[in-house]
Amino acid sequence: MLQLVRRLILVLIVKPFAWLIIGLDVRGRDQLPVKGPAMIAANHNSHIDTLLLICLFPSSSLTAIRPVAAADHFLKTPLSSWFYQRVVGILPITRTGAGRSDVLAGCKEALARGEILLIFPEGTRGKAEEMGDFKAGIARLAEQFPEAPITPVYLQGAGRVLPRGARILVPFNCSAIIGAPFTWSGTRAGFMEQLKSTIETLRKDAPPLRWL
Amino acid sequence: MNPLANLPLPLAAGFAGLLALLIVGSLAAVVLPRLQSGRWADLGPRMQSWWLTCLVIGGALLAGWQAFTLVFAFISFVALREFLTLAPTRREDRLVVLLVYASVLISYWAIWIDNYAYFLVIVPIYVFVATAVMMTLQGRTDGFLATIGVMHWGVIVCVYNLGHVAFLMRTPAAEVPQAGAAGLVFFLIFITQFNDVAQYVWGKLFGRRKISPTISPNKTWEGAIGGFATTAVVFVILAPWFTPLAFWPSVLIGTVLPVLGFFGDITMSAIKRDLGVKDTSRLLPGHGGALDRLDSLMFTAPWYFHMLAIFGLERF
Repeated sequence: MLQLVRRLILVLIVKPFAWLIIGLDVRGRDQLPVKGPAMIAANHNSHIDTLLLICLFPSSSLTAIRPVAAADHFLKTPLSSWFYQRVVGILPITRTGAGRSDVLAGCKEALARGEILLIFPEGTRGKAEEMGDFKAGIARLAEQFPEAPITPVYLQGAGRVLPRGARILVPFNCSAIIGAPFTWSGTRAGFMEQLKSTIETLRKDAPPLRWL
Repeated sequence: MNPLANLPLPLAAGFAGLLALLIVGSLAAVVLPRLQSGRWADLGPRMQSWWLTCLVIGGALLAGWQAFTLVFAFISFVALREFLTLAPTRREDRLVVLLVYASVLISYWAIWIDNYAYFLVIVPIYVFVATAVMMTLQGRTDGFLATIGVMHWGVIVCVYNLGHVAFLMRTPAAEVPQAGAAGLVFFLIFITQFNDVAQYVWGKLFGRRKISPTISPNKTWEGAIGGFATTAVVFVILAPWFTPLAFWPSVLIGTVLPVLGFFGDITMSAIKRDLGVKDTSRLLPGHGGALDRLDSLMFTAPWYFHMLAIFGLERF
């Protein structure tokens, strides 16, 4: 029942809303995985990025789509915790004080269940429309699930629609440039280098961004 | 009530002709790629986009001024969003951009309540001043003129100029017994698009001397003049069926309108070159963005409106 409601919300409200506010311009949609286990890795500037990535997929994939998101940000209250985990479908990840427990345990279970993880390797939204350093958690997941393809995506424009700290949405067209999927290459450093450089390359296919 | 029942004959003929063109084009999109593989690859998506455009605008024309106003408000918004996405804006000006979007609502509200006086002043007086006020309050000076120029240019072409198309739908039926307000609008859009196509065809057949190699290398004198002349003849022949214009005014408009359409087109081309893009978005596969399709209309619509106000209509 909840899954049906989620799907209806996506098709009737979220997608039209996204189309109105961000007029999604997608390149390379056929490169997206149709089933899990798989990972999507994208640069991160705005909460809108998650919306963008979810809207790339057909609504039939919704149950398998799991945005990996910061527990400290999204699980602040019981209500937001329920909403983000059950309705949006996020997979919470602890960013601080990891201690001895495996912070990636949830991600690994999801991949084992054949889900599609949406990962922002920067780990934070950072400055609007600038790419920060990538964190290596995704490499550890790729190492453990070498059969799961990683699809690199360059997202542009969401940092103008809703930059970090802003409360008001301002419509701008956003672009998603989807690259060819690849799998675990053998070394963590090599993998991270490949991921970062692929996303940098995809950026060249995006329309010029003039935000002064 | 069936809106098709009392459709004026010229409009019915116009829609029938359009439908025939769409069907011929779609057949060509199926047949031609099989004859010469590779050459006609973009004809299919191009025709699909034409079908979509014609169904949305044609449907809104048939449904009446309310639907047409809503559809055009939406078109203005999409065009403006494309423009403000590509053109440079500053981080601090997000709220100014939001105000410019709001001018779509305010202008189309004036059209909805049929207040021509409000419509005429909202953009050039109120939005003009309000954007400047908001930007000065922000206090950042570098890039000030460039950004305010972007806001003003965008709001004029996307909201003010295109809004005239929607306001034309408010022409009282008694003033246009020929084909009603919808006939006036249909004729404007048809002539503007026909002009684009006529220039393209003349250019393909006889084009040799380039008009403006720096802006648009495909535009030739042969294409432009052949297209203008063809459009002028078609305009003068069809004007009595769609407009209350007398013969000489129709000659004047038929001659100048295609030239304006041409300049609307190459103005957008110049802007695209300046911004470093080929198409303004990929909203309409095979065509590019909304601005790529609306460029000519942005220049022809307000002038056609103005000329009708002078030579044909009491209302405006």
